[in-house]
Amino acid sequence: MALTRDDVEKVSLLARLQLTDDELNSMTEHLSQIIQYVNQLDEINTDDVAPLAHTLDITNVLADDVAQDCLSREAALQNAPQRDEECFRVPAVL
Amino acid sequence: MSIISKSATQQREMLRTGELTSVELTTAYLEQIKLRESAVKAFVYLDEQRALDTAQQIDVRRAAGEPLGDLAGIPVAVKDNLCTQGVPTTCASKILNGFVPPYDATVVAKLKTADAVLIGRTNMDEFAMGSSTENSAIQVTNNPWDLECIPGGSSGGSAACIAAEFAPLALGSDTGGSIRQPAALCGIVGLKPSYGRVSRYGLVAFASSLDQIGPMTSNVEDAALLLQVLAGHDSHDSTSANVKVDSYVENVTQPLSDLTLGVVDEHYGEGLDKEIKASIKEAIEVYESLGATIKHIEMPHASYGIATYYIIAPCEASSNLARFDGAHYGYRTEPSSVDQTPESEDALTRMYRLSRAAGFGDEVKRRIMLGTYALSEGYYDAFYLKALKVRRLIRQDYDNAFKAVDLLIGPVTARSAFKQGEKTSDPLAMYMEDLFTVTANLSGVAGISLPCGLTATGLPIGVQLQSAPFQEDKLLRAAYMFQDATDWHQRRPDF
Repeated sequence: MALTRDDVEKVSLLARLQLTDDELNSMTEHLSQIIQYVNQLDEINTDDVAPLAHTLDITNVLADDVAQDCLSREAALQNAPQRDEECFRVPAVL
Repeated sequence: MSIISKSATQQREMLRTGELTSVELTTAYLEQIKLRESAVKAFVYLDEQRALDTAQQIDVRRAAGEPLGDLAGIPVAVKDNLCTQGVPTTCASKILNGFVPPYDATVVAKLKTADAVLIGRTNMDEFAMGSSTENSAIQVTNNPWDLECIPGGSSGGSAACIAAEFAPLALGSDTGGSIRQPAALCGIVGLKPSYGRVSRYGLVAFASSLDQIGPMTSNVEDAALLLQVLAGHDSHDSTSANVKVDSYVENVTQPLSDLTLGVVDEHYGEGLDKEIKASIKEAIEVYESLGATIKHIEMPHASYGIATYYIIAPCEASSNLARFDGAHYGYRTEPSSVDQTPESEDALTRMYRLSRAAGFGDEVKRRIMLGTYALSEGYYDAFYLKALKVRRLIRQDYDNAFKAVDLLIGPVTARSAFKQGEKTSDPLAMYMEDLFTVTANLSGVAGISLPCGLTATGLPIGVQLQSAPFQEDKLLRAAYMFQDATDWHQRRPDF
């Protein structure tokens, strides 16, 4: 599976990264090398192996449905690059 | 022996008996930092005044006979990816420049409850992605054993901080080797606990199924002391384990009888440096002289660790780092009127892309791209799912090994600390640094790096012990046996 510069450009949109021409070139080279390296996993037959996403045998850890104190609105907004009194501000979406 | 060369365990006793005050101790470390930090650059933020104020308060409380926590008055350095309320937390990234968390990570809260003195924030590879701390957007940290060499990474600041005697205790985080590898390269003790042993709440997430926080110290008793404070279940982290915490501090000096150690033959391939191989062999002989039985163990999938890791970790990272969007916190680039938004993109997407492009460094971008690619439509099965299946095989190798032996013994790294700049242009070469450490993260087992030698050029060598999940007690006791029989942990760099 060779990776092309076009592939990398497409992925950069999915990843929400704006890459320069130089970055697209070096990224294509480096990612291709890494992909080539990780393809060694194809040597292993995993037909009857179940995937292991997580090493602990725990699922659906639920908390009691009780209201607790949480971060105040002001504290949550304190690091915002742009805000008004009660919201994060972003460029117009519509 | 100067006070800063003593162990935290000894300092704690001296504080308790009144032989030493926390202000004296904290001041002694701050003086060492003033003298040597410009050569090492371990800290990205030094919290001098707050540290002295805390030390003063603890001394007053002690004098008044108030009950105090387990680390009362002892300075601790914290890796810069652990949220600390009111103190800048940047992950050594431009994208978090100026970020001040409104809450404490659980481990930080535990340090505060234990009355530790938080002395400063240590440098790291940006978002913990790297093995040399050269990926920091803030500065390069120098290895105190050779200032032209890297200290390892990603917890290179914490490792250098301990080696340079800037603090007796430090926190690191380990996703693929980021505690153990810098510990080995800086001649200190670094422990990666089992997955779930220590709460990750407030650790800025890199790869959530792999990340663990752990102690970095100059000796094994101190690692036990710090782990005792950190370990335990936390309702804020749904992946923290509800497993009993053993009495590490009480037990650490008790030797284990009938200890069986496993040697993994796959670790001794061509890539392993001769001097390191010889040191590991000597370490194994030390254990034999202490009555341990050595068994050869096969881990047929160990060599696939790096390939597996470099799919799973970037996939998780690409998802975790989606939160850095220029909207909620951190760095933002406003699309300018000159830079017209292309028709295909809305202004919000444009803001995301420009902010993230300017805020993240090269390695972080590379991993986000790799993870996004591996998770994208049509590639998910071939990469991510495949890697998860191999991950299970790696875990099964460990399960089988621990049926036959108590612990595994082997190298931490294939080579000692390398020169700065040597591997920065070759990502794959840098990734290979994690060869002997990643499998522990993929499998959730615990691992510790101990000083076990010096190269001919005077660079530290580490030996790694690994245990089954939640066997930190056994791991620490076995580590102490080695330390008690050797003096490598007492060596200090002359810089």
